[in-house]
Amino acid sequence: MTLALYVPRTSPVHRLPAGVKLLVLLVLGVVVFVVPTLPAALGTLLAVVLVGLGAARLPVGLLLRQARAVAVWAAAIFVFHALATDVLTGAATAVRLLALVLAAAVVTATTRVTALVAVVERLCAPLRVFGVRPARIGLALAMALRFVPLVAERADRIREAQAARGGRVRGPRALVRLVVPLLVSVLQLAHTVGEALDARGADTA
Amino acid sequence: MRLRRGPAGPTPTPDPSRGIELLGVGHAYGERMVLADLDLRLTERRIGVVGANGSGKSTLARLLNGLVVPTSGRVLVDGLDTATAAREVRRRVGFVFQDPDAQIVHPTVAEDVGYGLENQGVPAAERAERVAEVLARYGLADHADHPAHLLSGGQKQLLAIAGVLVMRPARIVFDEPTTLLDLVNTRRIGRLVDGLDQAVVVVTHDLELLAGFDRVLVVDGGRVVADDRPTPALAAYRALMADR
Repeated sequence: MTLALYVPRTSPVHRLPAGVKLLVLLVLGVVVFVVPTLPAALGTLLAVVLVGLGAARLPVGLLLRQARAVAVWAAAIFVFHALATDVLTGAATAVRLLALVLAAAVVTATTRVTALVAVVERLCAPLRVFGVRPARIGLALAMALRFVPLVAERADRIREAQAARGGRVRGPRALVRLVVPLLVSVLQLAHTVGEALDARGADTA
Repeated sequence: MRLRRGPAGPTPTPDPSRGIELLGVGHAYGERMVLADLDLRLTERRIGVVGANGSGKSTLARLLNGLVVPTSGRVLVDGLDTATAAREVRRRVGFVFQDPDAQIVHPTVAEDVGYGLENQGVPAAERAERVAEVLARYGLADHADHPAHLLSGGQKQLLAIAGVLVMRPARIVFDEPTTLLDLVNTRRIGRLVDGLDQAVVVVTHDLELLAGFDRVLVVDGGRVVADDRPTPALAAYRALMADR
């Protein structure tokens, strides 16, 4: 499971406030779409890689893993545009996607989840007037990051159990057979997690 | 049928000498009765609970910190009713689950340990200090910023326990803490439990874990059928299971 998480370092990028990094990410996302050219996309990608590997001293493997995770989508977008519009547009769009994914990876790898959650809670604070509890949104975000790899692991275990008994592990039928036991497993997990939150003093009432 | 809660009144002053009291406690899930006629006073420092699968021992464990409210009778912790003072009860009684994956709610180790303190409103500086101290004590200091899902099973259980200990509860309930662990980690958790200052209630199938305990309860069919020192209680349990 390729989920970028905090990589402890003492770099200037790590020390930047989480809110600033998220703002930069937002601006970057807007800029690459406002200037939809290949040089702009390549420049952004280069800048992200330089910041990630140079200033933040992140391991090359981390960025490569993230790049690999979206490689198929980037290739599909490139082929689609190459056929529907032209090769340059295809290349620019694919590089743009790659740059944004890597930029997001740099932000998550240099920022503790609690710092990201604190920003989200601050941003959601005005929603209190509508009865929204920002702390709950923050907790949901942190738990999503925590449980994505866990649910993927459970899906793998179910697939293994099915394969061990001669079941198919690929194709649409295998996917259907995975969904129900995974759902049951996740619901059981959710019940226990709810109890654990109560036990640790969360305000779940 | 849930226990009817009385009118909100002033919370009684907690009295730690009272321990955990179960007064005429029974519990049912729908029509299925899982615990009945429990009258217990738990004041010893080391209490074990054993019983076959489905005997009701996990429900009994959950009653002790208010995760489950009894459908009849009352559970009092230091004199506080778990039905009406759940938050205060949970500050006093920590709970360690069988599957640490269900208990770890934050992506990285240090953040997860700090979670309970955040709920208690502990200031950030003190939080960081207490988290670092607990991680160091349980050999997780080098893993502070590691993703929790990449820890080994034993490390995850240590993390789950650290997340409870950092909240400094007076008592801790362990629900089968070694069931998913290998021998080395089982022994490590056993030593950890032995070394705790807190009073503990340990629900387990690992009878070795209970050596040196003060008291062992044997649960069968939703009732406590033996309640004694470990040696006679475990002998009674073995005799009970031999007939099945």
